[in-house]
Amino acid sequence: MHIPDGFLSTAVWLGLDAASLPAVGYLARRARGDLEATRVPLLGVMGAFVFAAQMINFPVGVGTSGHLVGGALLAIMLGPAAAAVVMTAILAIQALVFQDGGVLALGANVVNMALVGVLAGYVPYRLWGGARYRDAAIFLGGFFSVLAGAALAIGELLISGVRIPPALVWVSLGLFSVTAALEGAITVAVVKGIEALDPGLVRRPAAMRRAAAVIFALAAVGLAAVGVWLASGLPDGLEKLAQTLGLEARARRLYATPLADYRLPGSGAGWVSQAAAGILGLALIYLLCLAVGRMISRRGSA
Amino acid sequence: MHHVELDRWSRGRSLLHARDARVKILLLVAYLAAVATSPRVSVAWLAVYGFPLLAAVLVADLPVGAVLLRAAVVLPFSAAFAVASVVAGDSQRAAALALKSYLSAAAVLVLMGTTPLGRLLRGLERLRVPGFLILVVQFLHRYLFVLSEQAQHMRLAALCRGGWSFRQAAGGVAVLFARSYDRAEGIHQAMLARGFAGRAASPEPARAGWKDWLFLLAGLALVAALRFFLGGVWSR
Amino acid sequence: MEPLIKVRDLHFRYEDGTLALDGVNFELSAGETVALFGPNGSGKTTFVLHLNGLLLGQGEVTVGGLRVEKNNLGLVRRKVGLVFQDADEQLFMPTVFEDVCFGPLNLGLSPPEAAAAARHALEQVGMGHALERAPYHLSAGEKRRVALAGVLAMQPEILVLDEPTTFLDPPGRRALLEVLRGLPQAKLIVTHDVWFARALARRAVFFERGRIVRDGPVDELLARFHWNLSESLDVVAPPGA
Repeated sequence: MHIPDGFLSTAVWLGLDAASLPAVGYLARRARGDLEATRVPLLGVMGAFVFAAQMINFPVGVGTSGHLVGGALLAIMLGPAAAAVVMTAILAIQALVFQDGGVLALGANVVNMALVGVLAGYVPYRLWGGARYRDAAIFLGGFFSVLAGAALAIGELLISGVRIPPALVWVSLGLFSVTAALEGAITVAVVKGIEALDPGLVRRPAAMRRAAAVIFALAAVGLAAVGVWLASGLPDGLEKLAQTLGLEARARRLYATPLADYRLPGSGAGWVSQAAAGILGLALIYLLCLAVGRMISRRGSA
Repeated sequence: MHHVELDRWSRGRSLLHARDARVKILLLVAYLAAVATSPRVSVAWLAVYGFPLLAAVLVADLPVGAVLLRAAVVLPFSAAFAVASVVAGDSQRAAALALKSYLSAAAVLVLMGTTPLGRLLRGLERLRVPGFLILVVQFLHRYLFVLSEQAQHMRLAALCRGGWSFRQAAGGVAVLFARSYDRAEGIHQAMLARGFAGRAASPEPARAGWKDWLFLLAGLALVAALRFFLGGVWSR
Repeated sequence: MEPLIKVRDLHFRYEDGTLALDGVNFELSAGETVALFGPNGSGKTTFVLHLNGLLLGQGEVTVGGLRVEKNNLGLVRRKVGLVFQDADEQLFMPTVFEDVCFGPLNLGLSPPEAAAAARHALEQVGMGHALERAPYHLSAGEKRRVALAGVLAMQPEILVLDEPTTFLDPPGRRALLEVLRGLPQAKLIVTHDVWFARALARRAVFFERGRIVRDGPVDELLARFHWNLSESLDVVAPPGA
């Protein structure tokens, strides 16, 4: 889901822009490595491929069809850093050329789809992609990459004060789960198709030690949990925490004076703690992503 | 296809087209921020914020109807949430979602309609966006049309044979992937054949002139006026 | 006179084990134009990729007096300009002008010098009016000529063209022919297009299964090509033979 401009509150879009900048810079350096000559055309063309692939209809039942989103496929085929860069490039083109997603909201969309989405698509494959449960691992990758991104998007909208009745939130999540399952199925089918054409194109992740596998699984669950938590829009615990730490009062002072205009409907204590909750939640995700990314690179396949 | 049309618009020769890309990018961000942070919207708000956009479209000699229509692609998305907001009793937010997202999309179109993508990317690079990412976006855009055409042909071929199954569609995407991979290899060889050794050099470093600085100052002043003065009239 | 290109006993095997070149010997002199014929998969393109070091095989490849090896590639690529079969893969920059500037800039020319070289090269191929055009707007023939300009702007001594008339209609072919006729460089043209080859080349070379099996005057070789490719190939005699 590409969030347009005008939906997110200032704290959210500004915060996510700030959060995504260093991440993208770091990933661009990782993805480039020493091989800029080879990587630039490959990543660019892969981005174009995703656009083109989205035009292909996958028939599902009577009269309906789905299409590939691509985050998990890219992660599996190119590795997470390169996939994140390609997704960022795709999101930039979608925002600028197709008005699909906002420019200020680019940071949010990047976090949702290029960072968390890609990572969520990669982790299952990294964990279980080398063994018997390969197809299931790829399916889970596709599934979580879409679901995590969507859950985060809904969470960001809720934190920004966009009114989504709880019933609608659950319905949306339900619909996204269906799309996510479709993505999983499509990703599995496509990876198998590519393998049939040229087995050398699909890399097999290296075997992992038991402890590392457990850590990754926990990280993955943690990511999912944070996503769901944000989506439910119930940061009560964090609100209490903010109050106890005196953060709220301090935050109030910071926000009150120069930016008096930035008061949204439903302002007051609720707004500040929601913003704080959102930012803290995202910082948590960010740190998890960094940690998981580090561990992957230390043990990962090429 | 839309991006072909946009490409055509961007090669015009108006005063706006001639301005430095960095200036236009900065003004866009300022405008978008002003729109996004506006506390309240109204018809008057729409008129006041919409006027500079309309003026820009006219000065840039872009087709007004097409621009207005194209910006409306955001509306279906906004409409869903706007309706939810109205149902929740917050019609002010409903209007804000629709109007803000629409004006924002239109503003982006003005930038893209007056700046060829290559120049825009160069401007972004000079504004410290990582060069590697810029190059990836550049190559993506270059081959967007080529690969989309390939996918179109595949779709047509499949339709001619009575449509295709899930597995066949997956096979089609796999073929598209493999051909894309090969194409990237070919591009890589073509780059090496012409002496590429790691870093791409740019042809002309664009220099900002006094007109660009003037434009930037005037534009920022206008945005500030919109946000803090004219905007304040009805934000009480 | 030292030949401009000298290839001695070149062997090359792909990663998957296929033997693509099985002992190729070849020479090209300054100002000469040679056509390369042969069935698909006979090694023509593989051979040509050795001339600017995109592939490195066993044997000796000398270009303009330089051995083609890893530490010479930059210099070699100044001497040999390769125009690929797929023009879309060769024109990878957003505009024609930027693409043709790519080569000269890589050679170390300053931006104004590169721009001048680009403009001149585009004039040479008759595309001087298309500086700001985006490659996907061009016809196949126009793309081919811009790709050639991109190579000419680097002022190579040798031009190698891989199937240059693919997708060209007769006017496009003629335009390309006129441009090539006017260029002083030695030329090596891989082609299936008999008419094109005869219009440009005096000498022709026939590839088969990774080796050159015939090397001689183009008419003589073409006569054989039309009537009897080789014992190992199936040939249908033209009607009325």
